[in-house]
Amino acid sequence: MAYTEEELKKELETKEYEYGFYTDIESETFPIGLNEEIVIAISKKKEEPEWMTLWRLESFKIWKEMTEPEWANVHYTKPDFQAISYYSAPKKADPNKTLDDVDPQLLEMYKKLGISVDEQKKLQNVAVDIVMDSVSVATTFKKTLSEKGIIFCSISEAIKEHPELVKKYIGSVVPQKDNYYAALNSAVFSDGSFCYIPKGVRCPMELSTYFRINQAGTGQFERTLLIADEGSYVSYLEGCTAPSRDENQLHAAVVELIALDDAEIKYSTVQNWFPGGKDGKGGVYNFVTKRGICEKNAKISWTQVETGSAVTWKYPSCILKGDNSIGEFYSIAVTNNYQQADTGTKMIHLGKNTRSTIISKGISAGKSQNSYRGLVQIASRADNARNFSQCDSLLMGNECGAHTFPYIEVKNKSAQIEHEATTSKIGEDQLFYCNQRGIPTEKAIALIVNGFSKEVLNKLPMEFAVEAQKLLEISLEGSVG
Amino acid sequence: MLKINNLHASVDGKEILKGINLEIKAGEVHAIMGPNGSGKSTLASVIAGKEEFEVTEGEVILEGENLEDSAPEERAHKGVFLSFQYPVEIPGVSVTNFMKTAINESRKARGLEDMKANEMLKLIREKAEMLEIDRKFLSRSLNEGFSGGEKKRNEIFQMAMLEPKLAILDETDSGLDIDALRIVANGVNKLKSKDNAVLLITHYQRLLDYIVPDFVHVLHNGRIVKSGGKELALELEEKGYDWLKNEVTV
Ligand SMILES: Nc1ncnc2c1ncn2[C@@H]1O[C@H](COP(=O)(O)OP(=O)(O)OP(=O)(O)O)[C@@H](O)[C@H]1O
Ligand SMILES: [Mg+2]
Repeated sequence: MAYTEEELKKELETKEYEYGFYTDIESETFPIGLNEEIVIAISKKKEEPEWMTLWRLESFKIWKEMTEPEWANVHYTKPDFQAISYYSAPKKADPNKTLDDVDPQLLEMYKKLGISVDEQKKLQNVAVDIVMDSVSVATTFKKTLSEKGIIFCSISEAIKEHPELVKKYIGSVVPQKDNYYAALNSAVFSDGSFCYIPKGVRCPMELSTYFRINQAGTGQFERTLLIADEGSYVSYLEGCTAPSRDENQLHAAVVELIALDDAEIKYSTVQNWFPGGKDGKGGVYNFVTKRGICEKNAKISWTQVETGSAVTWKYPSCILKGDNSIGEFYSIAVTNNYQQADTGTKMIHLGKNTRSTIISKGISAGKSQNSYRGLVQIASRADNARNFSQCDSLLMGNECGAHTFPYIEVKNKSAQIEHEATTSKIGEDQLFYCNQRGIPTEKAIALIVNGFSKEVLNKLPMEFAVEAQKLLEISLEGSVG
Repeated sequence: MLKINNLHASVDGKEILKGINLEIKAGEVHAIMGPNGSGKSTLASVIAGKEEFEVTEGEVILEGENLEDSAPEERAHKGVFLSFQYPVEIPGVSVTNFMKTAINESRKARGLEDMKANEMLKLIREKAEMLEIDRKFLSRSLNEGFSGGEKKRNEIFQMAMLEPKLAILDETDSGLDIDALRIVANGVNKLKSKDNAVLLITHYQRLLDYIVPDFVHVLHNGRIVKSGGKELALELEEKGYDWLKNEVTV
């Protein structure tokens, strides 16, 4: 039976959902505002079991009692939570839209980042050509994963297919009442990823590498749950270097990592949400709660490159519960124009011989404010805990700011804690030296910034690192006049 | 190759170069000597286009082209190279990566593609060998933690990689031990040809024993107060600068 082109296209489109990682929900948006009915409606829409609906309702109740935190070193107009619509279906490709309809500035940026035309179309919701590599790629990889017993799917699917795992672990690391945004997320989370690596399995690929672009539209209340069972290993990549000009102003994601005995999780993020215009208008508020728990001999490593968002509030943390467990945090945060970032980490040492490393590189340009906020906590029974923290700031120009707020709480005398901090400026002499060798100023800045960030860039998986470098370059374009 | 006419330059309203005239032809080696603070490094920076210095009068002409409106990187693309008296540190950027960027930026300016990796590697190997530079050194951060002599040798390595038309060496000899001086000077001599030129800034005759200048100039208080052949350097070594200071107060 011969297909017509149209039929083939349709078939492939539906296949995309079949093998993809989104639940196919009919296009519809809820009325604005948040109340119990809306929470129930979201749950119903997603055909969730009753326990999930109840969990969401409980979260909503907690959230209602809380107030938005104000301790971070950021200033913004608080979002009106009753003016947001809490459910909208993932956007489908608009068959009438072509790349010609897209902001040429954005396309220029895609080109610089080396994003393929197909990927550009996906990002911009343009219907993709009939040949869809990603469909077959997704299928092949899903097969490889399932042979190893690895579960990798959307959290909505996991709630239905693997309720015992979700029920056991959701909220176990970031409880509903943890903070204002986490409570909100727990009540209304739209979708996100779920991953389970069975005992002793080493995940054979960087998870989400091949789906990264697809995740661009996951929505404003993303929820990720990642469980590495005993002795397993997984490296997970989140985010996308492509600039996402999401219309949702508020993003409040929650990520929970569980590393059981002897397991290792490497979690890498590149965040490039719309930072707002040069005048400081618009831009995404990114309030994220990310936390992992390490059981005995386990290790969690957070690596992040943050270049986007108007306001970022984010502290990927590790609870080092098991003896000999290890937590690491490597971060590059770039702010330009009027961006504000307050990021850092918390390392909670509970077990004996636990170790943590914090390397934070803050780069501020324009009129931006970049704060590092870190907490290292050593509990009384955490004998021989060790922490090393290094916070370096690089300033470009005289109007930006870099701030460091390290908090250290030690309840055990055997702890060894080292903290180093430096602040430097890109000097005229450095720039002239580069210029003299034929390197123009913009390129020289990129070179100096990459050098400054190298320790962190080196922690990223290879292909991600290359993109992240380009991203740093683009984020700072025009920052020195 | 290079022609400097009545060049005046100041920084923060203070005049440092007070009317310099100098002509360097292709194939020539010129040496500039002179007391501390006389303006030697300033002259080098002004030729290279450092914006901190304001040219208030006069001009710098490279191969018939007035450099007035050329940015420092454009001058570099045209073949001006400055070996810095005080090379700058760039943490986290390896010598190799820095050179790769510099070479490819110059090629880009000339409308050429990036140099192929194996070609670059060959070039690096060849030049490092010539200057007896250990290759481990090339993976270190540029100038960070380099000894004084290592920094200077690294400057000449960069010169060898970039093959400039006009090389200005600002006190490249200071900080070099006796062996290193010989190696570096030999390197410079190998790079010399009838198509390029060298401007040496130095305080000591010993460099000029290796790289023999065609002309020697004495800079004092922002002016060239005496020019001569290579014997002038020997005379200076013997007598110092005082006799010149007294001689010329025009
Ligand atoms: N940026 C600046 N601001 C103020 N004065 C400057 C500046 N740069 C140079 N000068 C002054 O200009 C004069 C010439 O300096 P320059 O570095 O050119 O001397 P030099 O001949 O290279 O000396 P040396 O032999 O010690 O290297 C000095 O008096 C110096 O203090
Ligand atoms: Mg000098």
